[in-house]
Amino acid sequence: MENQSQKDAALIVSASPHVRDVDSIPRIMWAVILSLIPAGIAGIFTFGYYCIYVVFLSCVTAVVTEAVIVWLRKVSVVNTMKDGSAIVTGILLAYTLPPGVPWYVPVVGSFFSIAIVKHTFGGLGNNIWNPALAARAFLQVAYPAVLNSDWRVLTEHGMHKIVHSIAKIGADGKLVDAITRATPLAKESGAETYRLAELFIGNIPGCIGETSAIALLLGGVYLIYKRYIKWYVPALYVATVFVMVLVLPPRTVTPWANNPMYHIFAGGLLLGAFFMATDMVTTPLTSRGLIIFAIGAGLLTALIRFYSGYPEGVCYSILLMNTATPLIDRFTKPRLYGIKKVKKG
Amino acid sequence: MAEESYRKEFTKGIFKYNPMFVLVLGICPSLAVTTSVKNGLAMGGAATFVLICSNFIISIVRSSIPKEIRIPCFIVIIAAFVTMVELLMKAYLPPELNASLGIFIPLIVVNCIIMYRAESFAYKNKPLASVLDGAGLGLGWTMSLCIVSSIREILGAGTLFGLKVSESYQPASVMIMAPGAFIVLGLLLGFMNWRKLRKSKQSMKAFMKHD
Repeated sequence: MENQSQKDAALIVSASPHVRDVDSIPRIMWAVILSLIPAGIAGIFTFGYYCIYVVFLSCVTAVVTEAVIVWLRKVSVVNTMKDGSAIVTGILLAYTLPPGVPWYVPVVGSFFSIAIVKHTFGGLGNNIWNPALAARAFLQVAYPAVLNSDWRVLTEHGMHKIVHSIAKIGADGKLVDAITRATPLAKESGAETYRLAELFIGNIPGCIGETSAIALLLGGVYLIYKRYIKWYVPALYVATVFVMVLVLPPRTVTPWANNPMYHIFAGGLLLGAFFMATDMVTTPLTSRGLIIFAIGAGLLTALIRFYSGYPEGVCYSILLMNTATPLIDRFTKPRLYGIKKVKKG
Repeated sequence: MAEESYRKEFTKGIFKYNPMFVLVLGICPSLAVTTSVKNGLAMGGAATFVLICSNFIISIVRSSIPKEIRIPCFIVIIAAFVTMVELLMKAYLPPELNASLGIFIPLIVVNCIIMYRAESFAYKNKPLASVLDGAGLGLGWTMSLCIVSSIREILGAGTLFGLKVSESYQPASVMIMAPGAFIVLGLLLGFMNWRKLRKSKQSMKAFMKHD
């Protein structure tokens, strides 16, 4: 107590910024978790209760891994756990996984994202890549068979389907009335095309948290309203994809090849744009840098979707822009107050 | 030279100058062939043989090698032994092992560990010390290769020496691909540095106490 009062009485001399705000890392992280809930509910509606299990496993592994590593690093465990960043990573990772993944996929992915991607670089605030996306990329290479071919969607619609699916959860925990289908972005012949309304609501095959555009928009708008993310990052990202889809000549002809709305609502673009391209740690510091980041990610996403072997490019495009972030920061350094810009030449 | 210093020439290559974890030399073959313990052992054995022999010959003929053209001379000597190893391996090792080591056996010629020991040790020291030096560094490298390759084989293929580790384990194939090599090596290097740092901190503390 005495120490505390002494501290309060002491004159504190510190460098700027002096602006104080009620916002803290825990507050922001819990807001992000709240904003992710609609997409999760949509995922459960589309794919059944097994999704909860995947999200739960992913979060638990993330939290346990974080606690153990923080303890090993001799940082305060309680303080680190309180900020909820491990849970955000866990949820985001689970949202990028196909709904029918076996249990070890979210566990390995979550461990990788926290232990390797986050803490080997120094923990929260120091990681180069978005932990959830880097783990997703790792899983893509580690278990290609599981992640590329195991997209499930239930055969029946509405509430009935959920009731139906509880009864059908087998002893091995897998939904037996689920069938394997390709992502809506699949370019192979015979791949299905979906109506825009279906894509918007999210009753389509895909990853747990990426299918429902309206749920993601809801969460994203909440974060923008709270000013935890800058509105122009997702806006520019999506707009760049929109323009590129209109302009680029497709390599394979599909009915939706040049339909920008289809490209925006199908796949993980909205999830990436609202929740991953806006990650505070792995994106540039200045608004000019963020604009470059968003446009770059949009260009890469469109290019990967159009010209690579992968149907989806959101994950790799954001990871690549994460890699370029220190470089972008260097070129968009704001002018220091009182220092004139030196003209070249 | 005393017996003690001979022992030192041998053991320094295993810990103090471990080629992979301390000097970080020969990383290209280390990353490329460590997909299974068999590969790692074969690669390490071949390189150790070349290292010992080339160190021995170079230190014998060192007084007659002109300084200006010493590097080409080293390469000729090393290449002779690499050719021997390659032919021996083709003759006596299973063909699939040869196939998986592929180009990396001939590439031992330009392995920087061997060039480094030829240049900085064998060229300046007596034959016995050079042989011990080569054996130590070769053993150190082989051990490191075995550590990296066993981790990668267990995680990436679920096997060790080709035998299944566990029936229920689902191998993460990324670990036997290039990214897995970098992740494992990076973590091991970090671990070694952490140990070194802790050791120096402890000795610092002991020193301060003593003071």
